[in-house]
Amino acid sequence: MSLDKATVAGIASLARIRVGEEELEDLAGELSKILDFVEQLEEVDTENVEAMASVAAMELRRRADEVTEGDQRDKILANAPEATAGFFTVPKVVE
Amino acid sequence: MGIQGATGEWEIVIGCEVHAQIVSKAKLFSGAPTDFGAEPNTQVSLVDAAMPGMLPVINGECVRQAVRTGLGLKAEINRVSIFDRKNYFYPDLPAGYQISQWTHPIVGKGEVLLDLPDGKTRTVGITRLHLEQDAGKSLHDQHPNQTYVDLNRAGVALMEIVSEPDLRGSEEVGAYLRKLRSILRYLGTCDGNMEEGSMRCDVNVSVRRPGEPYGTRCEIKNVNSVRFAMQAVEYEARRQVDLLEDGGTIRQETRLFDSAKGETRPMRSKEEAHDYRYFPDPDLLPLRLSEDCVEELRAALPELPDDKKERFITEYSLQPYDAGVLVAEQENAAYYEKVAKGRDPKLAANWVIGELFGALNKKGVPVTASPVSAEDLGGLVDLIADDTISGRIAKDVFAEMVETGKPAAAIVEEKGLRQVTDTGAIEAAIAQVLAGEAEKVADYKGGNR
Repeated sequence: MSLDKATVAGIASLARIRVGEEELEDLAGELSKILDFVEQLEEVDTENVEAMASVAAMELRRRADEVTEGDQRDKILANAPEATAGFFTVPKVVE
Repeated sequence: MGIQGATGEWEIVIGCEVHAQIVSKAKLFSGAPTDFGAEPNTQVSLVDAAMPGMLPVINGECVRQAVRTGLGLKAEINRVSIFDRKNYFYPDLPAGYQISQWTHPIVGKGEVLLDLPDGKTRTVGITRLHLEQDAGKSLHDQHPNQTYVDLNRAGVALMEIVSEPDLRGSEEVGAYLRKLRSILRYLGTCDGNMEEGSMRCDVNVSVRRPGEPYGTRCEIKNVNSVRFAMQAVEYEARRQVDLLEDGGTIRQETRLFDSAKGETRPMRSKEEAHDYRYFPDPDLLPLRLSEDCVEELRAALPELPDDKKERFITEYSLQPYDAGVLVAEQENAAYYEKVAKGRDPKLAANWVIGELFGALNKKGVPVTASPVSAEDLGGLVDLIADDTISGRIAKDVFAEMVETGKPAAAIVEEKGLRQVTDTGAIEAAIAQVLAGEAEKVADYKGGNR
């Protein structure tokens, strides 16, 4: 599978990663190679084989409906670049 | 239920996506509390804040609530469902993705029966119900150039309930939302409080000529009451018809309902933002449900509105419309059954629907805060049934009961409202009056009428 420069620019924008125009060509080549490598899996016949979610034979663990956490605002906000009156504050995002 | 344009009839096609907040003590994947209205960021776990290394562990009760809801919607329960990541960037979504279910939801196809004003019913298909996390809350109006973020709601369990495009007008949208809310409340899986945002609705609207394929749809967001949903549909359908009849085309887009202006307007300019790049969440294994678990939940379901309505029609000989009104809220139905017990069920229904609901509406209180208890309203119905008072006097007595909270019999005694039914006594009273007015009686008899 071959990606063009526009697709790579689109992916970068969705991931909020700044990629310069001059980098697009190389990245398109690298990403295409990765996809080609993974695509080899399509040669395997997986008809009637159930999808595997994990190599560990485990069931999804469930928790009881109990409140075990909360009331720790200082901890939650400790690493915030900015906070006011108990809120995280960020540059205005409304359109 | 169409819409008349300048060039003829159009059909409105509507599907709803309802986000219903699950009733639970803790969040979907963390042990933080879910109470509404707490101080900002005081109900946040390290999982909800997406701190590095934190792993989600699913709340078993939220799973059971989703299954109960699926059963209440007469839907297929999928024995295996999968959690996916829905990726997008927004400040109130700290992980950069929402855990949701995309290809394998927990609940599949079901149905909701609409109760229409003419007493008829119509079936609306449910496409699916899936579990997902709510996002936090952004406040844009606290500061000129900053957005404030509160993560209390982040991670709270939601059920997204998607309907088929089976609705054909604003009336049906209203009937659908009311019925869905009624079912959720009966089940106790969502409190259905649209004002507090625990039930939110996105409406998909398109129009077409009758018999033609579906037109291009617009999704209307931010609709937080049944009335607004109905208004939004009416405005949007008219907008689309006018645009098409002027030779324009509909652009598939997300629109926002402005309740102050009663109109919809485009919301997002960047449509590429809709590329969510879903993929299975590697932190969560597939959710498996045993047959036993599903059957146990099915056996414990309460009597739901449709069944209760049928029972009211057969057991109490009520009209379908009246039965529908009485069962809409579980508490109303329970109140009615107390009044009807051992009494004329139709008379009881008339008093509950006509007088009691009117009085409650005027006071703006639910039946659980009724100034007149079911026992006391039953007492009033008894006084009518045994001819102690007439139906007309009973209305005055009822008004007094609403004011004072006293039982009917006490008010009747106090005010001497007891109706005289002994014909001998009535005749004697008439004779006495006539004897006191002998002159006028003579005039009358002499032809001076």
